[in-house]
Amino acid sequence: MSIVTVQLGQCGNQVGQELFDVICKDARDGQKRGYSDASTARFFHETTTGDLTSRAVLIDMEPKVINHSMSKAAKSGRWRYGEKSHFSQKQGSGNNWANGYCVHGPRHREAMEDLVRREVERCDRLAGVVTMMSVAGGTGSGVGTYVTQCLREVYPNSFILNHLTWPYDSGEVIVQNYNSVLTLSHLYGLSDAILVHENDTVHRICAQLLNIKHISFGDVNRVIAHQLASVLQPALTTDSYGDYSRNPLGELVSSLACHPEYKLLSVCGIPQVASSSMAYSVFSWPGLLKHLRQMLISNTKMEEGIDWQVRAPPVHCGGAEWAHSFRTTGFNRSLANLLILRGKDVFSAEADGFQDAALYTSWLPPREAFSMWKSPVSFNQYEKSATLVSNSQTLLKPLDNMVRKAWNMFASRAYIHQYTKFGIAEEDFLDSFTSLEQVISSYTQLC
Amino acid sequence: MTQSIVVQVGQCGNQVGCRFWDLALREHAHVNKKGVYDEALGSFFRNVDSRYCHPWGQRSTCTLAVLVDMEEGVVNQIVQGPLRDLFDTTQLLTDVSGSGNNWAVGHMTYGSAYRDQIVEKVRRAAEHCDCLQCFFLIHSMGGGTGSGLGTRVLGLLEEEFPEVCRIVTSVYPSDEDDVITSPYNSVLAMRELTEHADCVLPVENQSLVEILTRVRLLSRAPGPGVKADLISSPGGGPEKPFDSMNNIIANLLLNLTSSARFEGCLNMDLNEISMNLVPFPRLHYLVPSLAPLYSLQADCSMAPRRPDQMFSDVFSKDHQLIRADPRRSLYLACALLGRGDLLLSDLRRNIHRLRSSLSFVSWNPEGWKTSLCSVAPVGHTHSLLALANNTCVKGTFSALRDRYARLYRKKAHLHHYLQEEGMELSLFSQASESLSSLIEEYDLLDRASSSCPHDAPRLQIAT
Ligand SMILES: Nc1nc2c(ncn2[C@@H]2O[C@H](COP(=O)(O)OP(=O)(O)O)[C@@H](O)[C@H]2O)c(=O)[nH]1
Ligand SMILES: Nc1nc2c(ncn2[C@@H]2O[C@H](COP(=O)(O)OP(=O)(O)O)[C@@H](O)[C@H]2O)c(=O)[nH]1
Ligand SMILES: [Mg+2]
Repeated sequence: MSIVTVQLGQCGNQVGQELFDVICKDARDGQKRGYSDASTARFFHETTTGDLTSRAVLIDMEPKVINHSMSKAAKSGRWRYGEKSHFSQKQGSGNNWANGYCVHGPRHREAMEDLVRREVERCDRLAGVVTMMSVAGGTGSGVGTYVTQCLREVYPNSFILNHLTWPYDSGEVIVQNYNSVLTLSHLYGLSDAILVHENDTVHRICAQLLNIKHISFGDVNRVIAHQLASVLQPALTTDSYGDYSRNPLGELVSSLACHPEYKLLSVCGIPQVASSSMAYSVFSWPGLLKHLRQMLISNTKMEEGIDWQVRAPPVHCGGAEWAHSFRTTGFNRSLANLLILRGKDVFSAEADGFQDAALYTSWLPPREAFSMWKSPVSFNQYEKSATLVSNSQTLLKPLDNMVRKAWNMFASRAYIHQYTKFGIAEEDFLDSFTSLEQVISSYTQLC
Repeated sequence: MTQSIVVQVGQCGNQVGCRFWDLALREHAHVNKKGVYDEALGSFFRNVDSRYCHPWGQRSTCTLAVLVDMEEGVVNQIVQGPLRDLFDTTQLLTDVSGSGNNWAVGHMTYGSAYRDQIVEKVRRAAEHCDCLQCFFLIHSMGGGTGSGLGTRVLGLLEEEFPEVCRIVTSVYPSDEDDVITSPYNSVLAMRELTEHADCVLPVENQSLVEILTRVRLLSRAPGPGVKADLISSPGGGPEKPFDSMNNIIANLLLNLTSSARFEGCLNMDLNEISMNLVPFPRLHYLVPSLAPLYSLQADCSMAPRRPDQMFSDVFSKDHQLIRADPRRSLYLACALLGRGDLLLSDLRRNIHRLRSSLSFVSWNPEGWKTSLCSVAPVGHTHSLLALANNTCVKGTFSALRDRYARLYRKKAHLHHYLQEEGMELSLFSQASESLSSLIEEYDLLDRASSSCPHDAPRLQIAT
């Protein structure tokens, strides 16, 4: 089964390039033929000369980043982007979602759809489409939303997973919260699931776990790519009987995004250490999973500063009462979790801690809320590693912050003229705010 | 790669523009040692004759510029001076009699007479562009041509190229300006800027004079005879009165356009400037400040600025290109454009360090936009330009309104204006009302900021 990836804007094209790089390295290093073959078929096709070409479409409204990503890929010597699988223009979207969504998107619809169609037709079996972009800029956010909308129309029955990079708190794009709100609210109605990486969180991982001094986007992107690849690389489910070639997107969506109100997925992984200290680290499955579980329930995105005091509340607990206990105890409730274990002795690993009903809502029993994938192939240098994809309250706070800041700005109607100029009216903003308040409310009341 | 066109109007506009081209060419020559026509150069220059691949050779590189003046002196000097090869006659538009420091002559009389020719010249420049992104208009507010015809050109650009961003550099007269009618001209021009520009970078001559005075003190050279020779022009030549001042403005433009001309790990597109810094269409005046500033003058032996010092500098009063103190006023938004060896971590650290000493409008507490361009200005390892959308700009505007009122009360010189075809008294009152309401808009923001900031009550969702 194959995945077609669409990379949009600066962020999407930079993160995407790192992702294919990690995947390609991992598949080549992998010992098991079945695993390697499934990975390759999933993300690459082979040209007549035997070169690996990614099943990716690169879209941007300016040429620089795409050129850079394509030549970086070519230089790797392991894989490259399709010669004709990219679309770019000369002038970017200027940090304006409306410019991307209302102007660039419609203007280039046909060209962009054609590129995706060509990749889709190259797949023997299509698992679905992954789009990658930031929400804060103009192209990834605006054109990305528009492209997602077109793909939804053209492929009504395919899975669409949006991978989104959420912005740093401040410093880059002043209107980032507007762009984010517009993107998220639109995607919520189109996407099957939305997988989020927050730049601030990943930045902290680079600083505190990987000890990187001057952190660049390259560093941040490698962490994102690592986590994302650990989700998307082949793995075995309980009923796959050793067959790696399953539909990863379909299974991801059905295990995690079973309710249309809840589509926000976050990822965390363990271990995550600087390569220099890897040699000295010994990991056991019970140890890793104990940490990962506590990271989940205490809402800590990395294995440092975990709050061990946080406990899951008793199983029967009312809504209002619960909302109160969230503030006091910091417990993060899940709707659904997917645990992916890779590496040595993986079949002996027990994940009982994640099957605890107290972690989940009362209306979805743990046997439905929890899924696990395993692969005995160790991933990306790590002898053992565990990745958790979680549909939980983790993203509630950053989402609420985004909406709050955008709403404060909107109350003064600041910057609105920049959007109306391209055809996004105040009412469109209001609709977007309304739909995200709905999402916030749903996640807040999860119990 | 996108291109920009510089339109320089009037004496001041052309003199400043000339400094810009000189320094820009020098910068590209410094970076591009091989001297081949490259993409970076292509954003403001065009390759005229491909037989000559050496861009700073004879007649092979031409600016993307339109030079307009209603007298010949300045433009003639340019086309006979060391930069002559950068311009060809199709880019020039001159008359002989000047505008007599009268906005109405420039805007109405010449504006109507030369309308078609101006549009034609701009169109021709635009035809050389593969993707035209921005117009840079350079002019003074106090005279007749730059102020009157310059703002007329601004309107024409909007009409003809509504999608192309218009960034205006406007030189404001000093209090003791030798042009008596400068308050009229400036106020009449202000209305045009407020209505037709995407961004305006105001520069006050008084501020430049004070900066240069401080340079003289710093260089401890006695008396006014000090040779304020700048990074001198290629042909050397005698220094003209405004050269030192114009050098500062040219450096502002160099920094502003560096991201469009060179690569960087955090590039800022020119259209991102207005998107991020202009929350309301009329409030598009961005106060510029530069660092290093004092060591731009070659006769000033100041130690190179450390990065953190530079960040402090651009927020200090002495580094603003108008006489204002942004630290004592309210920020609507702020951009920091770094060049050279500055790192992302320098930006983050310094924003964090300085943030608490600055007040931001309640709905934009994190109103920062940053960019980094890897190429430093010639002779420096790094530099920083701040563009502040800050209510301090209203001080300049109020002073202007007061001087205008004093003149207008006596009806002084009004008849010179009213005798021009198309000029009416109502234009004066409309212009002064426009200015007053602009000042009032800044005032309102200031007043609102004194009340305690709070979150707007959120939308309620029926559950
Ligand atoms: N993690 C990560 N974030 C990026 C990268 N490039 C840009 N961003 C983020 O993306 C946002 C800006 O959007 P960008 O992708 O540059 O705009 P676009 O090109 O118009 O889509 C900001 O929040 C940046 O922090 C990148 O390579 N990696
Ligand atoms: N900074 C600067 N100001 C100038 C220059 N030339 C004239 N000015 C100022 O511009 C105003 C007069 O406008 P000017 O440009 O001479 O008139 P115009 O040719 O009719 O547009 C006065 O305030 C002068 O002080 C110059 O080269 N640099
Ligand atoms: Mg960008």
